[in-house]
Amino acid sequence: MVDMTAPDLDLKTGSIDDAIANLKEKFPDAVSDDTRAGYGGVIVDKGQLREVAQYLKQNLGFDYLSSATAVDYLGEGQHTTDDHLEMVYHAYRTSGGSALVFKAQTDRDDAVVPSLVPVWKGADFQESEVYDLFGIKFTDHPNLRRILLWDGFHGHPMRKDWKEPYYEEEAKPFGSRWPGGQVHRAEEKTIFGKNVQYPADIDLSRLTDISESKLYEGFGMGVDVQKVTHDGVETDQLIVNMGPHHPSTHGVFRMIMRLDGESVRDLEPIMGYLHRNHEKIGERNTWLHNIPFTDRLDYISSMGNNHGYVLAVEQLLAHNKRWKPPTYRAEVLRVLMVEMSRIINHLWAIGFWLNDIGAFFTPVLYFIEERERMMDFFEAVAGSRMMCNYMRFGGVFADLPERLRSTANLMNDRVRDYNTMQFLTEMINERIPRTIDDLEELLTENEIVKVRSIGVGILSKEDAINYSTAGPLLRGSGVAYDIRRADPYSIYPELDFDVAVRNEGDMYARYSVRVQEMRESIRILKQILPRLEYTANESATANNGSHGDKAPLGEAYGRVENGKGELGYYVVSAGNKRATSNPWRYHVRAPSFINLTPLGAMSEGMKVADVVGILGSIDIVLGETDR
Amino acid sequence: MELNLQELSTTQYPVPADMANNVAITSLSKLYNWGRRNSMWPMLFGLACCAIEMIATASSRFDFSRFGMEVMRATPRQSDLMIVSGTVTKKMIVPIVRLYNQMPEPKYVLAMGACASGGGPFKEGYNVVSGIDKYLPTDVYVPGCPPTPQALLFGMIALQKKIDGESLSLMDDVPWYGVGPSEPTPVPILGPDIIDPRQMDMIRRRAESGARQADTAVMDVSRELPAWRSPALATGAVAEGGSGTATASAEATGELTAIPGGKAPWEESEEIYEQRRINALRRKAIRASRRTQEG
Ligand code: SF4
Repeated sequence: MVDMTAPDLDLKTGSIDDAIANLKEKFPDAVSDDTRAGYGGVIVDKGQLREVAQYLKQNLGFDYLSSATAVDYLGEGQHTTDDHLEMVYHAYRTSGGSALVFKAQTDRDDAVVPSLVPVWKGADFQESEVYDLFGIKFTDHPNLRRILLWDGFHGHPMRKDWKEPYYEEEAKPFGSRWPGGQVHRAEEKTIFGKNVQYPADIDLSRLTDISESKLYEGFGMGVDVQKVTHDGVETDQLIVNMGPHHPSTHGVFRMIMRLDGESVRDLEPIMGYLHRNHEKIGERNTWLHNIPFTDRLDYISSMGNNHGYVLAVEQLLAHNKRWKPPTYRAEVLRVLMVEMSRIINHLWAIGFWLNDIGAFFTPVLYFIEERERMMDFFEAVAGSRMMCNYMRFGGVFADLPERLRSTANLMNDRVRDYNTMQFLTEMINERIPRTIDDLEELLTENEIVKVRSIGVGILSKEDAINYSTAGPLLRGSGVAYDIRRADPYSIYPELDFDVAVRNEGDMYARYSVRVQEMRESIRILKQILPRLEYTANESATANNGSHGDKAPLGEAYGRVENGKGELGYYVVSAGNKRATSNPWRYHVRAPSFINLTPLGAMSEGMKVADVVGILGSIDIVLGETDR
Repeated sequence: MELNLQELSTTQYPVPADMANNVAITSLSKLYNWGRRNSMWPMLFGLACCAIEMIATASSRFDFSRFGMEVMRATPRQSDLMIVSGTVTKKMIVPIVRLYNQMPEPKYVLAMGACASGGGPFKEGYNVVSGIDKYLPTDVYVPGCPPTPQALLFGMIALQKKIDGESLSLMDDVPWYGVGPSEPTPVPILGPDIIDPRQMDMIRRRAESGARQADTAVMDVSRELPAWRSPALATGAVAEGGSGTATASAEATGELTAIPGGKAPWEESEEIYEQRRINALRRKAIRASRRTQEG
């Protein structure tokens, strides 16, 4: 049994190595180093996983479970000789520092791992996802379900031996395309002429769609109407479905609520309506190939997505002796783009949140207008307005052009043509601050905004950490955790900015955090401008090609503070002798997905009209939620 | 918006010059189309990344209200146009088909972006439908990933032109002018994988004939599309299976003429237009004679 005596403060803040040493001392039989080449952290015997996790949290101060995911090591052969499924957890301290990675291995045929939801509630959805895609069962999980696919789906698609209907080869480039040069439509190669496959024993005469009934069953919401009595008055409790087509669910998101009058008693988020198999496709792709796919995760801030992914892969590439890191100018450009994306993201988030609380579309129009200016800039630099595909391993795709020639202005058919630096200077020093001033003037003290948002959708500090929330949701609840400061990357250590925090934990606090963060982003951008000037002669693309296209073996977890929160990429390079051209595992720790975990708890007791506001204040993007 | 009456007038019946600004003589079709094309109400409904560009198109810089399309309705019951703005997944196609069935006719589908048109970058994904046209009749495809707002506007203008080409007299081209209500699209079933009820027979056949063989026989296109959209009908050839009856009764009314495809409706010449009209009448006669045979 674990000794639960008063935790030692030193242990809670010491280095990761100290923590691991302590852990091994405490659990000599259960914890061992992960000695595979390129790997780190510890492997925990699954029998004691929960005790170890509890100890990590209680005694060693790892209060924040960032990511929980699985890897299928079927036939990998280099790192491991036995085929197994492996759970990988990344735990952090909210006081800062890097991750403690721990893993638990389980048999492929009878995959069972104890659930960590009793320790960190943030594991809830992530474990459901692993169950859905890998088929690992978690004992004591409160509601293990198919979270992205539907009940009745055949198989667990992320397993290495599961093949999709359009399967062609394990890895790209497919032999038929390169060097074969043959292009064909995938439909022509499947027997049903569509992207479908059925198990051999399918019985079409007794086909039933169990996806819905199972869903309601899982939540214990099987009955439509339940009678309840309030002060002797009998009323009905109703089950109400909202979405996936609903104007205020920000895309194809769905919620099922149990209502007592106007008040929400229970709420379950349902997703997967935009599950487009990002990770499975990502494992077939080459390393480089995945960059444009990351654009399509959080499609409001594609630059930030690029950044996280290249950081993760660069960690692997750094094992390579010939690796040259990005030049200083490349880092400056990356930060420039990412901070602009953050402003776009927050403008968008606030605008659509206002939609949800009743200011339908008018405020958004002003924000979108400002966004268009930045889109012009992105388009001129990266070639596309939204899907920038801008960053590369070891740098960026291209330096800033001398002049910005953007799309024709449709109102008067004049082509816009600016000097890039002038455009940027004006935008950073004048336009964006002015927009934010306007925004604040109209909203911050606005009576309606305040009445609708203060005290609504409260998430306590403890819960925010426990539920693994990230971004403005976490910082709105009083946790000053910003990865740019807590676990710095790129050139953030030398930049001067503050972490925006509010303690109230309600919708208004999240709004304030976003506004404050935009101001901080402007502060950063103002420091970027001179750096752009004096690195003007440096190349941003010089080191792009220095690494070949193969990544050395190992694992890496790259994470960035994106507009929506911590965006992490867990990548594994394995399966070949020395280096691989395709990821063995490619996992996205999506803030939009994990931030939804406390939605049910936050909405309880609130009114229906508040629920849409609460969802808006979390700020999700479905491309990232469902991947 | 200033009303240009001359645009509306049919030249056949000239209006005296002094009344040209007040009176127009026109056909019912033209009036219908004119009204509909200028008040296309899209459904407020976004699927994925493309939806963001759709919102950008709706907002001040690009502003599609200039074309009478700004009234986005959140309910299918009030909308004319479904902009499929993003990746269609198997899980989502079920509600999409339901929504489509709930839209009142006349209704149109615009596939926005690579995903909605043919699967896009995520086509190979196990949960992705390779294009909305696998389930719904699609009127306009807008390429791009995402299409720029300009491209979407272009697509919507293309749709307006398509509407201009519709005619009350060509009931076969436009199903809602036909007799009786049109069939709802069957809602797909989420079984072990998505199942299109229209394909049941084919799935059963394939599954029985030892399923996974390298039997890549040509797929059954006519079953995939509603009859009026079937390419066989559009080109004047007769659909598989029905050939016997169709030729038999066609004798009484004359053969259907093959019409060269590949042209947008508004690009077609007068002759093709005329042939279409004749074909439509003949097909109507064929159907009528079939009905009397059955009855
Ligand atoms: S076409 Fe491209 S931008 Fe549009 S939904 Fe598909 S991936 Fe997203």
